[in-house]
Amino acid sequence: MSAQDHVIHAHRDDVGARMGMWLFLFTELLLFGGLFFIYSVYRFINQEQFHLAAKELNPIIGTFNTIILLTSSLTMALAIAAIQKKNKGLSIFFQLITILLAFGFLINKFFEWRVKLHHDLFPGSEVLLNKPKGEILFYGLYYVMTGLHGLHVIIGIVLIAFMTRLTIKNIINQDSYVKLEAAGLYWHLVDIIWIFLFPLFYLIT
Amino acid sequence: MSNSDIHNSGHQPHGYGIYFLVWLALLALTALTVTVAGLDFGALTVTTALFVASIKSYLVLKIFMHLGAEQKAFKIFVIVALFFIVISFVLLFSDYSFI
Amino acid sequence: MSTLVSNISNNGHTNYLDYKGKHDGLKGWIFSTDHKRIGILYLIALLSFFAVGVSFGFLIRLELLTIGKTIVEPQTYNAFFTLHGVIMIFLFVIPGLPAVFGNFFLPIMIGAKDVAFPRINLLSWWLYIVGGIMVIISILLPGGPADTGWTFYIPYSVRTGTNVIFTGLAAFILGFSSILTGINFVTTIHRLRAPGMGWFKMPLFSWALYATAWIQVLATPIIGITLLLIVVERVLGVGLFDPALGGDPILYQHLFWIYSHPAVYIMIVPAMGVVSEIIPVFARRTIFGYKFIAFSSIAIALLGSLVWAHHMFSSGMSSTAQFVFSLLTFLVAIPSAIKVFNWTATLYKGSIQLDPPMLYALAFIFLFSIGGLTGVVQGALSVDIHLTDTSFIVAHFHYVMFGGTGFGIFAALHYWLPKMFGRMYNKKLAKVGFWFLFVGFNTLYFPLFVMGWLGMPRRYYDYLPEYSIYHQISTVGSWILILGLIFIYYNLIRSLISGQKINDKNIWGGETLEWQIESPPIHDNFHEIPKVTSGPYEYKMNDEELEKEVK
Repeated sequence: MSAQDHVIHAHRDDVGARMGMWLFLFTELLLFGGLFFIYSVYRFINQEQFHLAAKELNPIIGTFNTIILLTSSLTMALAIAAIQKKNKGLSIFFQLITILLAFGFLINKFFEWRVKLHHDLFPGSEVLLNKPKGEILFYGLYYVMTGLHGLHVIIGIVLIAFMTRLTIKNIINQDSYVKLEAAGLYWHLVDIIWIFLFPLFYLIT
Repeated sequence: MSNSDIHNSGHQPHGYGIYFLVWLALLALTALTVTVAGLDFGALTVTTALFVASIKSYLVLKIFMHLGAEQKAFKIFVIVALFFIVISFVLLFSDYSFI
Repeated sequence: MSTLVSNISNNGHTNYLDYKGKHDGLKGWIFSTDHKRIGILYLIALLSFFAVGVSFGFLIRLELLTIGKTIVEPQTYNAFFTLHGVIMIFLFVIPGLPAVFGNFFLPIMIGAKDVAFPRINLLSWWLYIVGGIMVIISILLPGGPADTGWTFYIPYSVRTGTNVIFTGLAAFILGFSSILTGINFVTTIHRLRAPGMGWFKMPLFSWALYATAWIQVLATPIIGITLLLIVVERVLGVGLFDPALGGDPILYQHLFWIYSHPAVYIMIVPAMGVVSEIIPVFARRTIFGYKFIAFSSIAIALLGSLVWAHHMFSSGMSSTAQFVFSLLTFLVAIPSAIKVFNWTATLYKGSIQLDPPMLYALAFIFLFSIGGLTGVVQGALSVDIHLTDTSFIVAHFHYVMFGGTGFGIFAALHYWLPKMFGRMYNKKLAKVGFWFLFVGFNTLYFPLFVMGWLGMPRRYYDYLPEYSIYHQISTVGSWILILGLIFIYYNLIRSLISGQKINDKNIWGGETLEWQIESPPIHDNFHEIPKVTSGPYEYKMNDEELEKEVK
C-alpha cells in the first residue's frame, strides 16, 4: 500500500461507521418506543374502545402495505448483496425497486388517510370529539404513529435515492459500500417498526 | 491487498437465496398473524401478534441487517437497547397495572 | 507526490490554533471538523449561555428579596425561572463537560487523532447553536417566553398562550445535538483507542463519558418524542396528553422523567470523571479502586435509568410504583457513594497540592455529598410527601447540579485550560474567585434547605413574612456568587490574551496522555500514535512507600 493510499484512507473504518449507524437506529427505536409506551398504557386503560375504533381501519390495506414494505426490505438487502458481488447494474436496479415500493406504500397510506378524512375522522373533528375518549386516543395514536412512520418512509426514499446516485457515480462500489449498508440498516428499521405497528392498529378488532 | 479485506473484516456476504427465503418466511408469518387475528383467542390474540412480530423482527435483524455477521459488541448493543425498553416498560406498568 | 504527503503531515504537526485548513479566519473555526476546535466553539457558546442563565438566576433572586413585587410582575417572574431552567439545563449542564472537554480531550486521552465522526461532531455543534438561538428568540417573539418551568408539565403547557412550541422545539433540537455527541463518543471509544489502550487503561474521564454517552443515546429520544407530542398537541389537538380528550397528564410526567432523570446523570457523571482525573494528580497517588470507579459510572447509568418516578411520588401514582421507585432510588446512591469513598481513599496519605483545580475537585466532593445525601432523604416516601415542590428540592438540585456539575466544569476549566491554550492563568486570583464562588454558593443555597423544610414552596412569586430572613440571606449569597464568577471569567479570559506562556508539556504532573503532548496540542494531537503500556495513574512511588508495598 502506497503512502498516498494511507493518507486517503486514514480515517476509513467501516465497522465504526456501521456501529454509529446502529447507535442511531437505537435512538429511532426509542423515539417510537416512547409512542409504543403511550399506546400500551392507553390501550390497557381503554381496551374495549380501542377494539371498536380499530374496526374503522381496513386490514386489507394494512396487510397489503405490510407485504409492500417487507418486499422493499428484501430488495434493499439484495441491492447490498449485488454490490458485494460486484454487480453494479443489478444493485442500482434493486435500489430503484425499493424506492418504487416505498412510493407504493405512501400512495396506499395516502388513500387510507383520505378515506378517514372523508369520514371526518381526524384530530379535533366534530365526529371524533363526540366519540368516547378511548377512541379519540386511538385515532390520536393512529395518526401520530403512522404519520411519524410515514415521515420516516419519506426520509428513507430520499436517503436511498441519494445512495443510488452515489452508486451510479461509482462512489459506492464493491470495495466501499458502507454508505449503502447504512441506508439499508435505516430502511430495515423502518420495516421493523411497521411490523409492530401493523398488528397493533389493524388486527385488534 | 484490497481495502475490503481490512475494513470489512468479519463480513461474509450472503448469497441471494437466503434473502428470498427470509422474505418468504416473513410473508408466511404475516399471513399467520392476519389469520390468527380473525379467530377469537381473547387475551391471547395480542400476545400471539406480538410474538409473531418479534420473530419477524429477529429475522430482519439477523439476516437483512447482518447482525449475525457483526462483531459481538453489536449484539451486546442491541441487547442493551432492548433491555432498556423492556425495563422501562415494566417499571411504567408498575404504575398502571396496580392501584 | 511525496512532497504533497509530507506537506500534509507537516501541516498536521502545527498547533491547532494556528492550523490552516480549507477555510481561514472565522470560517476556519465554525466549519472546522477538528475535535479541538469544536470543543473551543462549544466552550465559547457554553460560557455565553451560562452568563445568560446566571443573569436570569440573579433576577429571580432579586425578585425574591422582598415580599410581593420587588422588580417584576408575576408573569415575568414565571418566564424568568423557565428560561433560567431551560438555558441552564439544556444549554449548560447537559452539554457542559461532554461537549467541551469530552470533545477536546476524549480523543487525546485514548490516543486518537479525532472522534469517529468529525463531520457529525460539527453538525452537533450547529444544532446546539440553532437550539440555543431559538431559546433566546422565544423571549422576543409575541406571546412571550414559555412560563411552564423547564418541565413543560401538561395540561398547563397546552393551555398557556406563551411560546411553548418554540421552546419545546429548541429543546428537541438540543436533544438531537446531544444524541449525536453520544453516538460519536461510544463509537470513538470502541473503535479508536490507540494500540495497547485496553478498556482498563483508559482514563476514568473516558469511562465517565462512555457511560454518559449511552444515556444520551438511549434516553434522549424519549424526551424528543414527548416534546414533539406537546407541539402536536398544541397544533392539532390529538389528545394524547390532554385530559379533556382522554389523555393522561401523569403519563406525560412518566415520559418526561424517563429522560430527565437519567439526564441528571448525563450532567453529573462526567463531572465525577473530571474529579477522578484531578484527585490522583494533585494527591500524587494512584487512584484508589480504579475498576470500582469505572464500573460505578456504568452502574449509575444503569440504575439512574430506573428511578425516574421518584419525581412523581405525590402526583397520584399507584402505591406499588411508589414503593418500587423509592427502593430503586436508594440503590442508586450506592455507586455514587463508592466513588466518594474511593476519592477520599486516594487522598489519604497523598501529598496534596491545593492548586485551583484541586480546590474545585474537593469542593465538588463536599457539595456533591450534601446534594446527594439530601437526595436520599427525598427518596423516602413519607419525607418526600412533605418536601415535594418546596425549595428544599431546589436546594438539593442546585447542590448536585451547580455544586457538583458546575464546580466540575470549573475544575475542568482550571485543570485543562492551560493545555488547551498554552497559557497560564493567575493562580492567586483563581483561588480568590474560588472562595467567593464557594462562600456565595453556600450562602445562596443553604437557606433554601432550611426554608424548604419549613414549607416554602418552590417557584412561588410571593412568600410569608417568616421566610423573609432566609430569602434575604439567599439573595445576598447570589451577589457574592456572581462576584466570584466575575473574578473567574475575568481571570480565565485575561489568561488567554496575556497569560504567561507555558513551555512545559506537563504543568500539573499528570500521567494521562494529554500531558504527554504539546500545549496547545498540534492539529494531529500526536506526532505518532502512541503505544500505551501502562495505566493512567501510575505514579512512581517514593522508596518508603515502595518498601511498604513490597512487604
